[in-house]
Amino acid sequence: MADAMPDTPSPVAISLDRLSKRFARGNTLALDDVSISVREGEVFGIVGRSGAGKSTLIRSVNLLERPDSGGVTVLGQDLLALDDAGLRAARRGIGMVFQHFNLHSRRTVAENVAFPLEVAGLPAAERRARVAEILPLVGLEGKRDAYPAQLSGGQKQRVGIARALASRPRILLCDEATSALDPETTREILALIRDLRARLDLTVLLITHEMAVVKAICDRVAVMEAGRVIEEGPVFSVFTRPEHPTTRSFVAEVIGHGVPASTLSRLPLPRAGEKRRLAQVVFTGPNSTRAVVSEASRDYGLDINIVSGRVDDIAGEPFGVMALAAYGPDPAIDAAFAWMRSLGLTVTEIAP
Amino acid sequence: MSWLSPALQDLLIEALWDTALMVGASAAIAVLIGLPIALLLHATAPGGLAPNAWLNRPLGLVVNATRSTPFIILMVAIVPFTRLVAGTSIGTGAAIVPLAIAATAFLARLFENALREVDPGVIEAARAMGATRMQIVAKVLVPEALPGLVAATTVALVSLVGFSAMAGAVGGGGLGDLGIRFGYQRFMPEVMATVVVILIVFVQALQSLGDWLVRRLSHR
Repeated sequence: MADAMPDTPSPVAISLDRLSKRFARGNTLALDDVSISVREGEVFGIVGRSGAGKSTLIRSVNLLERPDSGGVTVLGQDLLALDDAGLRAARRGIGMVFQHFNLHSRRTVAENVAFPLEVAGLPAAERRARVAEILPLVGLEGKRDAYPAQLSGGQKQRVGIARALASRPRILLCDEATSALDPETTREILALIRDLRARLDLTVLLITHEMAVVKAICDRVAVMEAGRVIEEGPVFSVFTRPEHPTTRSFVAEVIGHGVPASTLSRLPLPRAGEKRRLAQVVFTGPNSTRAVVSEASRDYGLDINIVSGRVDDIAGEPFGVMALAAYGPDPAIDAAFAWMRSLGLTVTEIAP
Repeated sequence: MSWLSPALQDLLIEALWDTALMVGASAAIAVLIGLPIALLLHATAPGGLAPNAWLNRPLGLVVNATRSTPFIILMVAIVPFTRLVAGTSIGTGAAIVPLAIAATAFLARLFENALREVDPGVIEAARAMGATRMQIVAKVLVPEALPGLVAATTVALVSLVGFSAMAGAVGGGGLGDLGIRFGYQRFMPEVMATVVVILIVFVQALQSLGDWLVRRLSHR
């Protein structure tokens, strides 16, 4: 959450420096000079359509995918400089959760969670103790002897999370962790990740194609398209002031803008000598609670029709979105929109 | 089995034992050699744990060549090798050598298919958790493929029962040999019918046992 972020930036936990990766098959450039730094303790989201390169990016953090060029530094360690044994040790410090859970079908819940500990060579007694400790954290203490086939999707992902955290990593990678789940379960899993992040001091890097996931859990977000990061910043500012058209269309999925054609056709037409202009206004900052609509109407002699509006919150910060239809002479509307912008509101005209 | 003379009954029991021995021994050898070959084929395949076309292609070629040779021809063709291994080229013991070779190639390919059925996501997860390649093979690949490996072994056992019937051609015993020599050459239909019924029951028992084991092992 934004308010959990200290004022002085935390040290960098994951630094991806100018990564490029070309896949021989199809000769596509999956990563094109991508740089990202994730600070300790934050939840960083990478959002993009399928094929944008986000999966390749997250898989290069633990070198499941080796970049052709660039640097990968995790918790101060240059992963590309490590030998096989060193890389395996580093991977044990990076938990990973997968879209399709990737559980062992012939191992019980407890045996699945114990797997990374087994790989690390922990004695059986310590494995059992750690499993007993971690299953309650994900709410699965009653399912320890169940097999994955006996679990729901949400429960399987809880096992995936418990397994990822079993070896006490400080970093958690989530590869579309909620994309195979229904909305309700998605909310539960995101709440769990947020809760565990706080309790276990995790740094979380997640990729998703759903802006709702970013909105629910991320502190900062990077938007990817065609192997490049096209926009990056704190979630609140990316949501309220998206710059790139692709970001705008992602943001629109969640906060919705534009006016449906059916509504538009019912709006009154402008009188002779007047214009009708539609705008989306995002209310943020200190003036977000001011009576902006009535002030603008009074001071600029406009009729303002509120077409739609709602209040939402992103990363714990409230904001309002409104679609307005302003009626009046062009110069007066221009002046009113300019005044609104001067208050720190974001005014985006919508083609009528 | 009062429709058969006591002498024939003894022969039948001996033949059943010979068949069980030939099938069991050659299957055991085939599993022991076929599984490492399958693991090697799987690991060295493109995109595998240790891709290596120089190993994968020749190995695949040998497996295919062995599989495409009709068993009766393979049996005769490798007589010098059989003599080297078994000391003789005739008899039930000697028949185990070509049976094991045919079954090894057959099983190697079936095992490889079973390994390929393992969800690559589970293997990737193991890599992400810092597992070594040997750990991935021993703790992920083989355990996850186990029901498929058992099903493949069942198929091989059933095929071996059929192959073993040809062992008579090199002086091996077994039910097939008994059926040919008494049922066909001496025209004793009651012997032939008994042999066929026993073979059906034998194969059915193997299949049921295999299916039961697969059900017990898989948790899907």
